[in-house]
Amino acid sequence: MSRATISLPRTVAAHAVLLTYTVIALFPVVVIIINSFKSRNAIFRTPLTPPTAETFDLIGYATVLNQGDFLLYFQNSFIVTVASLFFVLLFGAMAAFALAEYRFRGNTLMGLYLALGIMIPIRLGTVAILQLMVASGLVNTLTALILVYTAQGLPLAIFILSEFMKQVSDDLKNAGRIDGFSEYRIFFRLVLPLVRPAMATVAVFTMIPIWNDLWFPLILAPSEATKTITLGAQLFIGQYVTNWNAVLAALSLAILPVLVLYLIFSRQLIRGITSGAVK
Amino acid sequence: MAVDIPHRRRTRWHIAVFLAPAVLVYTAVMILPLFGTLQLSLFTADDQSRVFAGLDNFRRLFFDPRWSATFWNALWNNTWFFIIHMLVQNPIGIALAAILSSPRLRFSAAYRTVIFVPTILSFVIVGFAFKLILSPLWGVAPNLLDLVGLKSLFTPWLGKEEYALTTLGLISVWQFVGIPMMLIYAALLSIPDEVVEAAECDGITGMAQFWKIKLPLILPSIGIISILTFVGNFNAFDLIYAAQGALAGPNYSTDILGTFLYRTFFGFQLQTGDPYMGSTIASMMFFIILAGVCVYLFVVQTRLRRYQF
Repeated sequence: MSRATISLPRTVAAHAVLLTYTVIALFPVVVIIINSFKSRNAIFRTPLTPPTAETFDLIGYATVLNQGDFLLYFQNSFIVTVASLFFVLLFGAMAAFALAEYRFRGNTLMGLYLALGIMIPIRLGTVAILQLMVASGLVNTLTALILVYTAQGLPLAIFILSEFMKQVSDDLKNAGRIDGFSEYRIFFRLVLPLVRPAMATVAVFTMIPIWNDLWFPLILAPSEATKTITLGAQLFIGQYVTNWNAVLAALSLAILPVLVLYLIFSRQLIRGITSGAVK
Repeated sequence: MAVDIPHRRRTRWHIAVFLAPAVLVYTAVMILPLFGTLQLSLFTADDQSRVFAGLDNFRRLFFDPRWSATFWNALWNNTWFFIIHMLVQNPIGIALAAILSSPRLRFSAAYRTVIFVPTILSFVIVGFAFKLILSPLWGVAPNLLDLVGLKSLFTPWLGKEEYALTTLGLISVWQFVGIPMMLIYAALLSIPDEVVEAAECDGITGMAQFWKIKLPLILPSIGIISILTFVGNFNAFDLIYAAQGALAGPNYSTDILGTFLYRTFFGFQLQTGDPYMGSTIASMMFFIILAGVCVYLFVVQTRLRRYQF
């Protein structure tokens, strides 16, 4: 690959711009996290310095862990996210396989129908969704959230997965058919393992908005037993708004799990985006 | 996509089995409620019973002074929110992507990973974090301005009517700049080397190369990020709710359609919830988003030339 030589000033300028933006992107997160480990006085006197031996204080975390039911909220978020993710991936992959593999009447129409939800947000149907959940007695249950998030995640999952399923070799599937595999077995045994990387991409895309959503937990499941971590943090921070230690600790507790998961999966996520899965 | 011929004769039940779960959940929880909401907007409550009202709800929303002022305010604020994203978020995203995609740039994976961090955080975290940082009680923002000698510029931005919405818009830009950056970055990577090399042979390098060669080639991706921004903005709620509460203060200056819908439908303080007017607002949001998507599909996308390499 021969390229025109890149001048040194240009490289320096590029790094300067990127570094500046990196600082802008990280600064608020870092300020919140370092201050959550400091005593109240130090938070106000020297907000921009990391905690030292004298200013180190875990009082905020103690308050959060004693007062809020953060463990329960965390568990709720976890159940909702994992269950929705499971259904989105299973149902989404099945539908994507049907659309990509078989030619049948209405195939294109069905594809368009299922793609509608990529552009039209499910939130606009909230009034009728709440009525539906009230009628079926699902208000204040995690099931309601799982149903809504499954419906929300399906359109994009089907769209992305069917693109990938079209690339799976026909010879392989036909070899399976000659060996007497049923269509179900071909799907679960031959095709699913081959699209695993695409499934991982879809999983990350589906997971982030579900974990972070505030709207549906607020409307469909605001009871104490079903609060998710996002809603729990929102209410907790609202109550303790003058207790800066507690607020900063709660924010840090909400940031850290997502941040750690992101750093583990970032390679997968970025590869998914740049491989053109969402073009 | 080969389908074996003998199967043709029989009903292929497996297709139905594969499609059924997704179609059922999607239809029951998404499509039917969407149309249910559109339908509800045509009704009103009269002594606990539902009465057909035609387009009265829309008439109230547009012309009844009790509703129209709030509605037009929210619509205008939402439009301004969108304009900020288009003018700030997307150019910054494109610029970052252009720099990141320059060949032999070291640490580009690390930059990419870090710049995307805000996008994965929840609105609640972002809203409160900035509320604290911009708070006049806590000296972070004034201290920072002091470092560059601009302390006199500091005001409690989130608390002033004239600045609050723009500030929130910029916070949202901070959070989401990673998305246009990633999509444009992907588009820039897919430009084949031959095209770039041909440009270099003709002496077009650096900025000129970006404007004349690369930008026209990534226009379809810019179209996609514009429509994604549009849908996301006219459906926004969480950030405003987390930072300013359901009343979208100060004095409704940060009220957008999402918070207006929440207050109307769910009720707030003395006001009781009204599902019918809530549906009307949701329907308006639906029509606005639908109009945007149609403009994109039928006007923008058909005019853009796609290059096949």
